[in-house]
Amino acid sequence: MAELTYRDAVARAIAQEMRRDERVVFLGEDVAKAGGVFKATVGLYEEFGEKRVRDTPISEQAILGAAMGAAMTGLRPIAEIMFADFAAVCFDFIANEFPKLRYMTNGQLGCPLVVRTGNGGGARFGAQHSQSIENWTMMIPGLKVVAPSSPVDVIGLMAAAIRDDDPVIFHEHKSLYAIKGEVPDGEIVDKLGTAKILRPGKDATIVALALMVPRALQAAEILAAEHGIDCEVIDVRSLVPLDTNTILNSVAKTGRLFTVEENPRLCGWGAEIASIVADEAFWDLDGPIVRITTPHIPLPAADHLEDLALPNAARIVERVSRVMNGSRS
Amino acid sequence: MSAKKARPAKGLPNDDIGLEVRLDLYRTQVKIRDAEKRANDLFFQNLIKGTSHLSLGQEAIAAGVALAMEPNDKSFCTYRGHAHTLARGVSVEKMLGELMLRDNGLMRGKGGSMHLTSAEHGVMGSYAIIGAHLPIACGSAWRAQYLGEKDVSVCFFGDGTTNIGAFHEALNFAVIWKLPVVFICENNLYMEYTPIADVTAVEHPAADRASAYGLERILIDGNDADVVYRTAKAALEKARNGDGPSLIECLTYRHSGHSRADPAKYRPAGELEKWLEKDPIKIYRKRLLEFGVKEDEIAAIEAESKRVVDEATEACKASPSAPLELLTTDVYADGGWAWRN
Repeated sequence: MAELTYRDAVARAIAQEMRRDERVVFLGEDVAKAGGVFKATVGLYEEFGEKRVRDTPISEQAILGAAMGAAMTGLRPIAEIMFADFAAVCFDFIANEFPKLRYMTNGQLGCPLVVRTGNGGGARFGAQHSQSIENWTMMIPGLKVVAPSSPVDVIGLMAAAIRDDDPVIFHEHKSLYAIKGEVPDGEIVDKLGTAKILRPGKDATIVALALMVPRALQAAEILAAEHGIDCEVIDVRSLVPLDTNTILNSVAKTGRLFTVEENPRLCGWGAEIASIVADEAFWDLDGPIVRITTPHIPLPAADHLEDLALPNAARIVERVSRVMNGSRS
Repeated sequence: MSAKKARPAKGLPNDDIGLEVRLDLYRTQVKIRDAEKRANDLFFQNLIKGTSHLSLGQEAIAAGVALAMEPNDKSFCTYRGHAHTLARGVSVEKMLGELMLRDNGLMRGKGGSMHLTSAEHGVMGSYAIIGAHLPIACGSAWRAQYLGEKDVSVCFFGDGTTNIGAFHEALNFAVIWKLPVVFICENNLYMEYTPIADVTAVEHPAADRASAYGLERILIDGNDADVVYRTAKAALEKARNGDGPSLIECLTYRHSGHSRADPAKYRPAGELEKWLEKDPIKIYRKRLLEFGVKEDEIAAIEAESKRVVDEATEACKASPSAPLELLTTDVYADGGWAWRN
């Protein structure tokens, strides 16, 4: 057991898989010699060399296209899209190429690759370097979408993503890179499509993802201490495949559902979960399903405005306590 | 394919290509021509739905490059990919079956005309988003380089592709990583409906840009299968030897419109007629006669091609549509489409 940062967990996960499987290769902008702009891939170039850890030009289409061509002919590439926002300049590969290949070719070809993105806000980078794009990727049939919230999950889910035979978009949260967590020694491999109950509770279910997970946990402690509301907090972890069982079972127990989403409101991932719960667990509900999201705005750079936009513990406490006390949301 | 022993033509020196390959070049071009003409006919009978982009007039490129390739080499094609798929040895029935969206098609109707794929023949997909498959071909070439495999990835595209970003990203990428990839630009003078010259900064959309990536300027007659074959051979050998990528611009002409919806009325009077004189199949038939191939041997190749296409057509008409279960297969690697538990 050791304490590791989320950023160091990324490098450890990739190293774990590269040691295990020669087919695993890694490419991206400034990822090799510089160790990544977020320093999440430090040491990989030194350990695995320039044949397996490769710096690329600023060519996101070439990066993802090359990863795909390598994946469909036998390698297990990991590609980095430095800021998730840049996915928009190579969205063809994410939307049209990776996820359609297996289907269109009737299973002749597959695309086992991982795209890592630096996702999410909170770093005062403004509207084009702060977005949470998990909902962009969730809506595309054929992709798998993961967003870990802790160092141990980074390792386990990254390993699962690399070993998976489908294209996986792996959203790392920029504002989580510095957090620390306990990580067991040895190989860690998790399972995609599994949510985790991080705090059991009986009064309300809060589902959250990535940076929203620690904020939901913090809110749950305040809700328990100051409002007597005992919340169950679920880290969704994997949007596709989605572990609906864990969520539905929790709602069956608590009768209340709140989602905490960093993506802007429209078509956020929580809307899908709300829809599933409304369809399949309506009679378990004792009150409205409430989504706590970033408003439908681009993100500002100014710290006080960005803080106002992203859901935080205070806002979660305020919304949950009001709704639980019978107010309309 | 290249392992075939050349049968020297008597009295004709410098035959580096050899008669066996020459006959194959003709056979392949005729097969493509007949199969695509049949596809066109089937459209008018409403037996092919959706869209279709024919290579009528451009057959020498698909045939010349394919016969220069080794069996393990990989082809990456565009939505105008029937010719390149057939040229790698895929059967006419499998190709027409896919165009007709029947169960006997290459992908049992799940891909359609624009996505022909036959991995067993090294046809690693036909891509319908302009430019996307250039970086993808780079990735396949990177895999070969990384694993020390000797295959070369070949990427076919049209003149219009040279104006999209992925073209430029891929060329730069292929050169800096010295990848075993060959880029084949088929310049048929029209991007879709608009003349390529009207929308491009240079006269030769691929060849004139080669120098920007430190590549040799290669501009060839794309209607002469021998020229294409020789040029492709050299580029493939260079790539296989670890000397990096090539970009080849082949001048050609599309006898029909961009797609089945396009009667190509934008072409100036006389242009098609001029190019019909340079029809690659006409050129090559004459070449075979010059090399001493007897008229009846040529006629036999042509008759065989027609027979194959007729039989394929009947087999496709007789084939059922794919079963409904196919709707949700192969979305994910487990064979299904489940996105939740």
